[in-house]
Amino acid sequence: MSTIDSKIPKGPLAEKWTNYKNTQKLVNPANKRRLDIIVIGTGLAGASAAATLGELGFNVLNFCMQDSPRRAHSIAAQGGINAAKNYQNDGDSIYRLFYDTIKGGDYRAREANVYRLAEVSNNIIDQCVAQGVPFAREYGGTLANRSFGGAQVSRTFYAKGQTGQQLLLGAYSALSRQIQKGSVKEYTRREVLDIVLIDGRARGVIVRNMTNGKIERYAAHAVVMATGGYGNAYFLSTNAMHSNGSVAIQAYRKGAYFANPCYVQIHPTCIPVHGDYQSKLTLMSESLRNDGRIWVPKKKEDAEAIRAGKLKPTQIKEEDRDYYLERRYPAFGNLVPRDVASRAAKERCDAGYGVAPSGLAVYLDFSEAINRLGKDAIKAKYGNLFQMYEKIADENPYETPMMIYPAIHYTMGGIWVDYELQTSIPGLFAIGECNFSDHGANRLGASALMQGLADGYFVLPYTIQNYLSDQIQVPRFSVDTPEFEEAERSVVEKENRILNIQGHRTVDSIHKDLGHIMWEYVGMGRTKESLETAIEKLKDLKKEFWSNVYVPGKVEDLNIELGKALRLADFIEIGELIAHDALNRNESCGGHFREEYQTPEGEALRQDEEYSYVSCWKYTGEGSAPELLKEPLDYEFTERKTRNYKN
Amino acid sequence: MAKSINITLKVWRQKDAKSKGHFETYHLENISTDSSFLEMLDILNEKLVDEHKEPIAFDHDCREGICGMCSLYINGHPHGYESEVTTCQLHMRKFKDGDVITVEPWRSRAFPVIRDLMVDRGAYDKIMQAGGYISVNTGGTPDANAIPISKEIADEAMDAATCIGCGACAAACKNGSAMLFVSAKVSQLALLPQGKLEAARRAKAMVAKMDELGFGNCTNTGACAAECPKSISLSNIARLNREFLCAKLKD
Repeated sequence: MSTIDSKIPKGPLAEKWTNYKNTQKLVNPANKRRLDIIVIGTGLAGASAAATLGELGFNVLNFCMQDSPRRAHSIAAQGGINAAKNYQNDGDSIYRLFYDTIKGGDYRAREANVYRLAEVSNNIIDQCVAQGVPFAREYGGTLANRSFGGAQVSRTFYAKGQTGQQLLLGAYSALSRQIQKGSVKEYTRREVLDIVLIDGRARGVIVRNMTNGKIERYAAHAVVMATGGYGNAYFLSTNAMHSNGSVAIQAYRKGAYFANPCYVQIHPTCIPVHGDYQSKLTLMSESLRNDGRIWVPKKKEDAEAIRAGKLKPTQIKEEDRDYYLERRYPAFGNLVPRDVASRAAKERCDAGYGVAPSGLAVYLDFSEAINRLGKDAIKAKYGNLFQMYEKIADENPYETPMMIYPAIHYTMGGIWVDYELQTSIPGLFAIGECNFSDHGANRLGASALMQGLADGYFVLPYTIQNYLSDQIQVPRFSVDTPEFEEAERSVVEKENRILNIQGHRTVDSIHKDLGHIMWEYVGMGRTKESLETAIEKLKDLKKEFWSNVYVPGKVEDLNIELGKALRLADFIEIGELIAHDALNRNESCGGHFREEYQTPEGEALRQDEEYSYVSCWKYTGEGSAPELLKEPLDYEFTERKTRNYKN
Repeated sequence: MAKSINITLKVWRQKDAKSKGHFETYHLENISTDSSFLEMLDILNEKLVDEHKEPIAFDHDCREGICGMCSLYINGHPHGYESEVTTCQLHMRKFKDGDVITVEPWRSRAFPVIRDLMVDRGAYDKIMQAGGYISVNTGGTPDANAIPISKEIADEAMDAATCIGCGACAAACKNGSAMLFVSAKVSQLALLPQGKLEAARRAKAMVAKMDELGFGNCTNTGACAAECPKSISLSNIARLNREFLCAKLKD
């Protein structure tokens, strides 16, 4: 039986990271040049890590699927990035950011990791400003902040509703500088299909060149995955079309533990589903909840009339509106954390108060804010979001409330890593959304950008040296070893196997089926029965995929359908893992809501005695159930409480 | 309210950069006007795959107008006729029943076709690598509030920084010039105190790289700004010219 060693440094919480850095091993400049590092992904985590490692003098190979590293999906993050600067003098501190994150994560994250995240958050803001990221400013020239869910302070830095874009372009510019210098070699339109292990250590990758289908091999002393989340297992999500969990699944199959897959974040404010041809869902930033008020009609007959198109929201009188978040959670109101807001919306819609023809939507109303602050002020804050909404929904949110509904957005679960961000495979590191480490069972708004950049700029570049320091004698690897041969052979075999099925179903049609199963049975409210049903249905779907998918074209060619099919095969496997994990976790916490475990008021009911651990799933072979390993979560420095956003 | 329309598409198909391309005609029925342009192409591709034909290759990713990946020339306009949208934000409600819609890739010397509607925009990355950054390493930076920046300047820099690097500007330009793209980055960084130190070097390096990669000259037709999905202003080009001239004069 394997044991889990999270390698958390000894000492008081506030000194752990400092102690670690003081005693860790480093690599001297002359030796750095001799060490190669593969970084998969160019989002906030990947680009910042690749750039920083390049600056330090390592030789970096950086891969992305898009035509340019600037297009990774971090670019779509809207609202902002948290930091404990306390520029607003409103009582913020590193401890408070740490505490809010732990509490927001429903006490299912590691204290030491989260404290370190809060600690380096301030460096991130300094770094980004130095790069020329145009954060919003006050008239006096200082940085502006806004509030996000789950916090009572204003600690979110932002650049209009395009914060992710600006931060990513900052990291991209640092990366571009290193590419110019030659310390980073960039490989675009490349998809990593496997990780190569030599003597148990990660030593390279097998890559598909997406423009010609050719398989390429790359070797290095260490491999860093920064590959994002697996939300597209639900087909419809706010993720980009190419976001996937394939590298995570390959790592899992090679021995990396998959941790807490069932912690999936459902974001409360997305534009509702409107048709079966739909390819993705669009997020409306959480920052809108600063000024927007969420409501549904108080009377069922009003909701019915709205659904039938006989009544407009603006015709509903103030006293006939149910601002249900303000009613249920007076202290946090519309700014409760995402999981709480999502469930509350589902509760109202399930009870028959939903709007939109489908009945699956609630209102996000700005009329009061527009009256109070003026249309121009609202436009200055949220202009691009309002414009985006109007383009999609064909309604003017300055005049009529937005319609929103929860959608899959972020995955807190991911590849298990220790304090050094190293997976259970030596030499394989995981950073950003693709690891599980910092958000527990629910991520707070504006914390994804913080974590991606913390890992990439300030954590991994230190911790990876502790691993590489004893690798300096290891010469550069050849890609002609039997391990690379074997990895390439199995990748090509898989490609051919899929292409030779020549069945009757398109990739997307099966992916949509997967999405339906996941949303219906493994979505916002889960039960033992629904999860068991899901596991059965997923088994059938897997069979359907491997016997009836149709992929046109050739293997060695630009073949979009083949790329999608390879990713779908992995999404089905992830779906199974999510369902297994959710079935194992007999409690409700954060984004994981088991309907059997709730308070009389419908709030999540944790079972700390039994489930205060990280579920680490270990691959045991094709067709056999994964093995569960437990990393206990000891709360040394904070007292576990039931989350309370009411008072 | 959603309704549906029938349309005819004339889509550019091209095997690779060296092959000769041609238009292919497709008829689509009952397309919901609530679907996006790319969702309409998804429907067409599903149909093609069902008929065991090769689907149309086109670039796309975020589908919310920010990644800059989508790049279709629709009825003679990059990202279509609608202003301030990327292709993925264009919806079928902007078309009428019976419309014939022509879809082409970006056509610009510096953006060779990879297949069908997919082009290689690597040249934009190379321009950025030539100098589109502030030379600062990770760590050792001053406190973020140590550099006060007026709201006006920060907002102006932000407007320039909004560029998504999609390439519509060069595709729209009769000269195939990348001036709007280059000027947006030069402006953003030249406006900010952090970026001023390197402003001259940056402007020279980026312009030299742009020329080297086969982009044309700017003749102030303004097509780039008119077609830019993010409304990047022509005034950025004026600022680039100023920065470039000053830099050259100092040489």
